Amino acid sequence: MASYELRCRECGKRWGNQARSICDDCFSPLEVTYDYDEARAEFTREKIAARAPNMWRYAPLLPLPVDYHATLPVGFTPLLSAPTLAKEIGARKLCIKNDAVCLPTLSFKDRVVAVALAQARAFGFDTVSCSSTGNLANSVAAQAARNGFKAWIFIPADLEPAKILGTQVYGAKLVRIAGSYDQVNRLCSQIADEHQWGFVNVNLRPYYAEGSKTVGFEIAEQLGWRLPDNVVVPMAGGSLITKIKKAFDELITLGVVEPKAVKFFGAQATGCSPISTAVKAGRPEIEPQRPSTIARSLAIGNPADGHYAIKAITKSGGWSEDVSDREVVESIQLLAETEGIFTETAGGVTVGCARKLYRDGRIGPDETTVLCITGNGLKTTDVLTGEFAAEAPIAPKLAEFERFLQGTLDVPEVVEV
Amino acid sequence: MAITVQIPTALRRHTDGVGKLDCGANNLNELFAVLDEKFPSLKPHLRDEAGQIRRFLNVYVNEEDIRFLGGASYAFQDGDEVLLVPSIAGGGE
Repeated sequence: MASYELRCRECGKRWGNQARSICDDCFSPLEVTYDYDEARAEFTREKIAARAPNMWRYAPLLPLPVDYHATLPVGFTPLLSAPTLAKEIGARKLCIKNDAVCLPTLSFKDRVVAVALAQARAFGFDTVSCSSTGNLANSVAAQAARNGFKAWIFIPADLEPAKILGTQVYGAKLVRIAGSYDQVNRLCSQIADEHQWGFVNVNLRPYYAEGSKTVGFEIAEQLGWRLPDNVVVPMAGGSLITKIKKAFDELITLGVVEPKAVKFFGAQATGCSPISTAVKAGRPEIEPQRPSTIARSLAIGNPADGHYAIKAITKSGGWSEDVSDREVVESIQLLAETEGIFTETAGGVTVGCARKLYRDGRIGPDETTVLCITGNGLKTTDVLTGEFAAEAPIAPKLAEFERFLQGTLDVPEVVEV
Repeated sequence: MAITVQIPTALRRHTDGVGKLDCGANNLNELFAVLDEKFPSLKPHLRDEAGQIRRFLNVYVNEEDIRFLGGASYAFQDGDEVLLVPSIAGGGE
């Protein structure tokens, strides 16, 4: 484990290790920084390969307490080649990083929560909390149960039923707020000011955000310790895309991969696209929006890391796209039909945006490109309601089935009256 | 005409611990002027060298982001509750 501490991203002031996300001096966000010389000996290809296939194999570059023993095998999700989807969207070297099957709650949020709760224990919190658009709620609730924390979860009242149920089942206290995620988030900042709770995405946020780096570490390792040419990443608060970049940069710093300029592409729903709007307009800052999209897990109108996401994208020579709700639904089906992966709305956003990026020539077909699928379709089945006709049942008779088969193969018979 | 301003803990060491303040400011610029005068050491935490509101500081009026209300041009109404809330970012570059 390398030593690490919080440092202000803007003024550089060091804050040691504590539950805090803001520099009191300049009000800017704090970031975990490491002693890379210490990390070097433990973060080698050989040593990583000898560790269990989960995100903890990258522990030397995660902010974990000394002698921390993880209780769950989070991460190390499949990186799949996607030849059929590739053909459909004009790509040739396309991969899917499939966090729809991340454990324990089927989204990439399991990674960030795992790191945040490690620190919550070290800081002595008995209650953990979060504001969430759903996936984070599920993950905090589940991992709190597993690790013996009380959990208080704050969500916008109109979340998908599966995400609400998938929080309550773990015994978490769920507070539904009549408002948008941005309002929930603002409320949580105020609550964190008053209550001594470990808010994973407020006062534990610098540690939490580091968990996202494991997506980047895994992509590189699964490509044979090479960096891809491009990554396409869904954006809500904008943190994931910046942390994948940090992971790649760290791998280069430690000499684990050859240096390479990776382009970062962000994906949003048009109904909530503050980051892609800014990138397209060439602006360095976001203008907040009022979200209106079925991609609720991405519906953050005032993304906290928007500024840094814009910077990561534009400096890399990447781009940001956005797609309509209709395209989201079509893209969910496209990924399922071509590669057998059922993703939630955020994944539909990623696939839909990737299709546009290939179509517009922003990504070349022969470049190695990774699409980050961050959540599971079973949590947002409501958006597919009405997409599939309910077939009338048939009698359990072979003849009936043969007739049914004919019906599916042939033009329907004309019934004479 | 009176509004209430809530100051977050992170800034209270610049306000002698004051977390709530009533004042008669008519808009955001007047509010900042009031705060500058009352708490001189708070000033650089609210606006940058160019006088722009700091990137990581959000201002809400009765639960609404002031940018949706017209930002600095919004005229405070009697009884408005203004919240200064830090934006919780955690991204790397």
